[in-house]
Amino acid sequence: MIEQLAVFSENKPGKLERITAALAEAGVNIRAMHVASLGEMGVVKMVVDRPEEAYEALRGHGTVRKIPALAVRVPDRPGALHDVTAVLSAGAVNIENASGFPVSDREAILILEVADVEAAEKLLQEAEFHVVDEGGFGRG
Amino acid sequence: MGNDAPYDEMEFATAEALRSTQLERLRWSIAQAARSPHYGKVFAEQGLGPESLRTLDDVRRFPLTEKQALRDSYPFGLLAVPKEEVVRLHHSSGTTGMATAVLHTAGDIKRWADLVARCLHMVGMRKGDVFQNMMTYGLFTGGLGLHYGAEKLGAFVIPMGAGNSRRQIEFMRIFGTTAIHIIPSYAMALLGTSEEMGVDPRDLSLRFAVGGAEPYSEEVRARLQEAWGISFYNCYGLSEMCGPGVAFECPVQQGLHLWEDAYVGEVVDPESGEPVADGEQGELVLTSLTREAMPLIRYRTRDLTSMVPEPCPCGRAHRRLARIRGRTDDMFIVRGVNIFPIQIEQVLMSLPQVGRNYVAVIDREGYADRLTVQVELTAEAFLGDLEQLHSLRERIANALRQEILVRPRVELVEPGSIPRQEGKAVRVIDKRES
Repeated sequence: MIEQLAVFSENKPGKLERITAALAEAGVNIRAMHVASLGEMGVVKMVVDRPEEAYEALRGHGTVRKIPALAVRVPDRPGALHDVTAVLSAGAVNIENASGFPVSDREAILILEVADVEAAEKLLQEAEFHVVDEGGFGRG
Repeated sequence: MGNDAPYDEMEFATAEALRSTQLERLRWSIAQAARSPHYGKVFAEQGLGPESLRTLDDVRRFPLTEKQALRDSYPFGLLAVPKEEVVRLHHSSGTTGMATAVLHTAGDIKRWADLVARCLHMVGMRKGDVFQNMMTYGLFTGGLGLHYGAEKLGAFVIPMGAGNSRRQIEFMRIFGTTAIHIIPSYAMALLGTSEEMGVDPRDLSLRFAVGGAEPYSEEVRARLQEAWGISFYNCYGLSEMCGPGVAFECPVQQGLHLWEDAYVGEVVDPESGEPVADGEQGELVLTSLTREAMPLIRYRTRDLTSMVPEPCPCGRAHRRLARIRGRTDDMFIVRGVNIFPIQIEQVLMSLPQVGRNYVAVIDREGYADRLTVQVELTAEAFLGDLEQLHSLRERIANALRQEILVRPRVELVEPGSIPRQEGKAVRVIDKRES
């Protein structure tokens, strides 16, 4: 299980810079980042190496929430995502948000937001998937 | 707390005693007004004088006085005493041609201070209280008006004036401030400062606040009382009638007692000028009863309110004005619909997800009016995803539509991102070219 950070941000020049500056100053490394916006507002989601420090640093600069999520390390090949979704679907777990990115030529990380993170984590571990924490994002 | 001990003999006068005092003083006030160039001419032309008053209702035989009369007779056309009797000037912020001057004799200042002292005494101010006055001092009447009244009660008065927020909080801590006089929107903004300084406002010695100078909603009052841990009392006044202290809330907090030994209040239809029934909304019209330097007869305040028909449980017979709804001048029209800023405030402040600040901007999109309401979100209201923000935005827009009949565009912004204001809050920005 990982703690994603979600920051409420107005969709304006300089807003993202304010967030990255706060993290740089706190010496926090951003492992993954995703920005979604709707008109004047947006949400920046991040996975960082040290979520607690990042949370404290960001609190002084905006509205921030910790969102639990699952990070799964999968082989970077056709069908890998399907293997994961098949397990969750069989366990009646609904995926609310998902993103993914390769970490090397051979492996990728999937980030999944689900309602019951612990139950989903258990299902994936039982199916022998490689569920990682923030420290497990490096090159294989 | 013995808040019901009378400050003076008129505070608990019976309705009958008040009516007979009013009639007697009204005759005096008409005679006094007739000494000014403006009223001297108006009354002579219309054959009016103190003898025109057989009953109180005869006040309606006198014409309404518009604000324009103060502008046209600027600076001394309404002065009813020799200029050397004037000891004080208060003045509007208006530019040349729009400015109004309000003049006072020593007796006017004394009676005003007494009236304000009665107000503050009514909500529990006594010798030993520490009163931090956060209203602007100077030509504006808010600062000096309450200052004199509080001093009269023997309170420890701190004449802070508005702004300088960190210092306000520091002084409240150092001097153990028990009462403040503050513009409601500033009371909201000051909560943010207190948070930044790590001071829990509920840990201060503060017992009550007096707020006025701008219309605000019951929802804001509830938030202020909760966050500061105090009682927040409404004060009404206008410089033309001396300033704050014309009407004031008693501890019952259901309407403001209009001091009827000092003023005659009428509520009229703003279009026709005809009286409306008690309980019905209209424009407040005031006649001063004791002012020597500048008596005003049937002055149109532009403030919208209603006369509360029921007697107050507190036992004071001075009739109550309902919470001021706004000024006729504050109303704005969007796509043909009349909207008062307080309607927007009521809706927003009843939603827990909405923070302390908001602003409504009106502009045009093509030829159509467009109303955009920017709303600060509370830190707790953000759950981390865009979908939730979207549905919150929809909910706010729908709630506003129910109240103001126009569906505004709602923009959610970060807490603290709308600039805090230290004076009367500007909540509506009209960018349309008229």
